[in-house]
Amino acid sequence: MSDVALMTGLPEIARVRAASMTPMEASDVVLKLGGATVLDGVTFRLRPGGCTVIMGPNGAGKSLLLKLLHGLIRPTSGRVEWNGKPATEVTSRQSLVFQKPVLLRRSVMANLDFVLRARGADRSRREELLAHVGLEHKAEQPARLLSGGEAQRLAMARALATEPDVLLLDEPTASLDPASVLAIEKIMADARDRGVRTILVTHDPGQARRMADEVIFLHGGQVAEHAAASDFFSGPQCQVALDFMNGRIVV
Amino acid sequence: MALAVQLMLSGDGDLGEIVALSLRVSLTATALACLVGLPIGAVVAISRFRGRGAVLILMNALMGLPPVVVGLLVYLHLSRSGPLGFLGLLYTPTAMIIAQTILITPIIAALSRQVLEDLHAEYSEQFRSFCLTRRQTVSALLWDGRYSLLTVGLAGFGRAVAEVGAVIIVGGNIDHLTRVMTTAIALETSKGDLALALALGIVLLVIALGINAAVQGIRMTAVQQAHV
Repeated sequence: MSDVALMTGLPEIARVRAASMTPMEASDVVLKLGGATVLDGVTFRLRPGGCTVIMGPNGAGKSLLLKLLHGLIRPTSGRVEWNGKPATEVTSRQSLVFQKPVLLRRSVMANLDFVLRARGADRSRREELLAHVGLEHKAEQPARLLSGGEAQRLAMARALATEPDVLLLDEPTASLDPASVLAIEKIMADARDRGVRTILVTHDPGQARRMADEVIFLHGGQVAEHAAASDFFSGPQCQVALDFMNGRIVV
Repeated sequence: MALAVQLMLSGDGDLGEIVALSLRVSLTATALACLVGLPIGAVVAISRFRGRGAVLILMNALMGLPPVVVGLLVYLHLSRSGPLGFLGLLYTPTAMIIAQTILITPIIAALSRQVLEDLHAEYSEQFRSFCLTRRQTVSALLWDGRYSLLTVGLAGFGRAVAEVGAVIIVGGNIDHLTRVMTTAIALETSKGDLALALALGIVLLVIALGINAAVQGIRMTAVQQAHV
């Protein structure tokens, strides 16, 4: 099979698989850590397809919510379910890209090989993946010597290597330069367009505008607003989101 | 002193034989101890279970095993009347390898546990996101920690090559058979042949220095590639 046929074959498969993961439902999720209530009765529902952007000030519980969705942590009470299955059972069908990529102490290529081998995936895909994120010329380099933007691109390639149905991103472009942000956003948008359900946590209102199909605004451990992107950006309903988008400091 | 240097430079046969046996015994013991100790260290590093604290205390305490006690225990097992006496291993290099392996396995396990636990703190969330099995996690940690683990292996080798108590009990310091550098130094010193003792002492130091330098060199290369 040629590469072209392989590439064009992908979106259909991805769409069908993603559909089997959604809808995703979080009902009355409470998360307490060390006596503090981080998430307090979070309830929302995600439909298939598109990109959901989660926004909110620091400490709103965005990153922890992402880890709950990924099944890395369990809620103190409430449920997180992907098409009826608890999040902890579907971790392997999702990929999470962390704010600071944790790269292995190996070459760029070996970082990809590691994931492909661990998950029993086709290792011949690594060239295609490297080319997809524009790192084919760095294949032999130690991954730890990559620049911040390159490291995050490698993390994106690694996340996509497992052919996830759901891509979770925790501020993937924080502290990157504009060119790197553009490159990462292109990779995210491409995945979304191929039918990978994308959930992005970001602080950057500009990025939210460029990426979002819908927005969840978290404040104080609760969903302050959950709206379609067009509605949210034309004028958020809740005051904190309005202040946040207008550049006022929200605490 | 001059005699010692002369002995070394002349390539004295006995000296060469003793040095070679020392290296063979201690390097084999180090390799075996790594084979056993590294997986133990890695598994304990990534596991959380009841009584883990007690296990850590035990592992750390075993690092201080006195060589003579290890020698005595191995002797009791391998002696004619012991449970493994039929193997006829007492006073052979194999017995010495067994004793040194037992002596340094706890060192390798305890030190690697520390190194790998730190590494795992960095990797664990990403690894859980990858849904890795325990076996995959352990092998990834061992591979990524390989340069730090070199130092751990070095600590084990240093202990093995320098100890005298265990090898003298189970090896017996038999000329041309089980005589190693440390037992030879002890013997020659008590006999008053200080030249040979000194020559052996210098060789021991040079080997220690050489191996340390080699490991340091490897680590420097690794640091340049940001693999440490």
